Amino acid sequence: MRTRSWLLGFFGSTVLAIFLAIAQTSDANAQQSNGQKKNANADNQQDEGEKKFQQNCSRCHNAPESLSPRIAGTVIRHMRVRASISQKDAEAILHYLNP
Amino acid sequence: MLTNMSLFSRVSWMPYRLTGLLRTFLFIVCMLGSAAEAASQETPLLSGGMAFFTRTDGGNTSYILTTSPVLAAPLGKSFLIESRANLLEDFSPTKSGYDTSHFTGLSYLQLDYLATPHLTISAGYFLTPFGTYNERLSAIWIGNFQDSPLIFPIGIGTGSSSGFMVRGSAFSTQNYSIDYAAYFSCNSTNEQFQATRATGGRVGVYFPKKGLEVGTSYTRSLGETETNSYGVHLWWQPIDTPLRVRTEYAHSAHAAGYWIETDYRLSHFGGPESLIGRIEPVFRWQQFFRNSPDPTDGLPSVDTNQVEFGLNYRLPHEIRILTSYGRQFTPVGDLNTWRTGVVYRFLFPAWKGKS
Repeated sequence: MRTRSWLLGFFGSTVLAIFLAIAQTSDANAQQSNGQKKNANADNQQDEGEKKFQQNCSRCHNAPESLSPRIAGTVIRHMRVRASISQKDAEAILHYLNP
Repeated sequence: MLTNMSLFSRVSWMPYRLTGLLRTFLFIVCMLGSAAEAASQETPLLSGGMAFFTRTDGGNTSYILTTSPVLAAPLGKSFLIESRANLLEDFSPTKSGYDTSHFTGLSYLQLDYLATPHLTISAGYFLTPFGTYNERLSAIWIGNFQDSPLIFPIGIGTGSSSGFMVRGSAFSTQNYSIDYAAYFSCNSTNEQFQATRATGGRVGVYFPKKGLEVGTSYTRSLGETETNSYGVHLWWQPIDTPLRVRTEYAHSAHAAGYWIETDYRLSHFGGPESLIGRIEPVFRWQQFFRNSPDPTDGLPSVDTNQVEFGLNYRLPHEIRILTSYGRQFTPVGDLNTWRTGVVYRFLFPAWKGKS
């Protein structure tokens, strides 16, 4: 009787462990998938920002060699007025200059 | 005869003195800007260019030291104060030494209100939005040539306007975008903010997939004699090619003309940072037609054709070397023009802060 209870306990614990392991793995996969999506989104945003920079800014000048993150927003606000850039494009360029 | 609106003359017809005004402005910018620093990316900035130029026109050489600082200070989430000044020292050799002259002036000092994603309202002293050169290429760290085009003064009056302006991007899609600017300027004889009474604007359409922009400008001068000026421009930057083609035509009551400019960076030879890839050949052709005399419009007094070839070199650390040779053809005689210069462009936070 005792042996049977021990076997049931062992079997239950194993099933629970396997279930938890599967759940954890699928959670990790989901997290990894989310991470990849986030990275893909970030890459897309970066590409979009670069494209907007080429279209709006490079028509007149090259990108500055270095740009302090502290003034990235000011530069964009300044250029939004100077170059008549829409707010959406300005945000994309800001993300490109200061990801 | 060289009546081109050069860098020198561009500033010389704005004989402003930046004394108490500039100090007051700097103080205001510093005080207000410090309040805006709460947003980590929006520290006020100090930008601009410093340059040393040499100019030889028909054998007469002069040397120019100039600096053109730009200040931009955000205020809250929707406002921006911005200004650009020009400080210039000119040396011309004479038999007994050097003749020197000094000029200081403001190009703009304006308050911008970002009213909506597609509308900005500006008030103060701003660059007149006519054509493309005045607003986009007149900064010394941007232009390919030292001299502005022959038709530069058409439609812009003193170069800047004193009043208010609305501007922005009306539409922006994947296929095209439309930008606009409209302004009204009061007559101002103030020594710091000279402007004439005028109204006008500009509309441009840009096709990003073609890299093509076309636009048109209009100015109506509302002085004692009301006159109209028109302009059209076309810019083309082929996709994935370091070639730029820009051209502009302008017409006023007394004159008309056009310029076409190309530049091509040799970045296909080892990349844009290679020894060869930093070279940028530039070319400009201009024609100017005088219809009737007007000694006050700042334009050449006779019909003029001009061709210019240049070779610019982009050094690291935002330093650029500009060289060009030009030949000017007029009914009263032809002229060689030689230009060399070195320009340093700077851009940094207006003050030290937490990184």
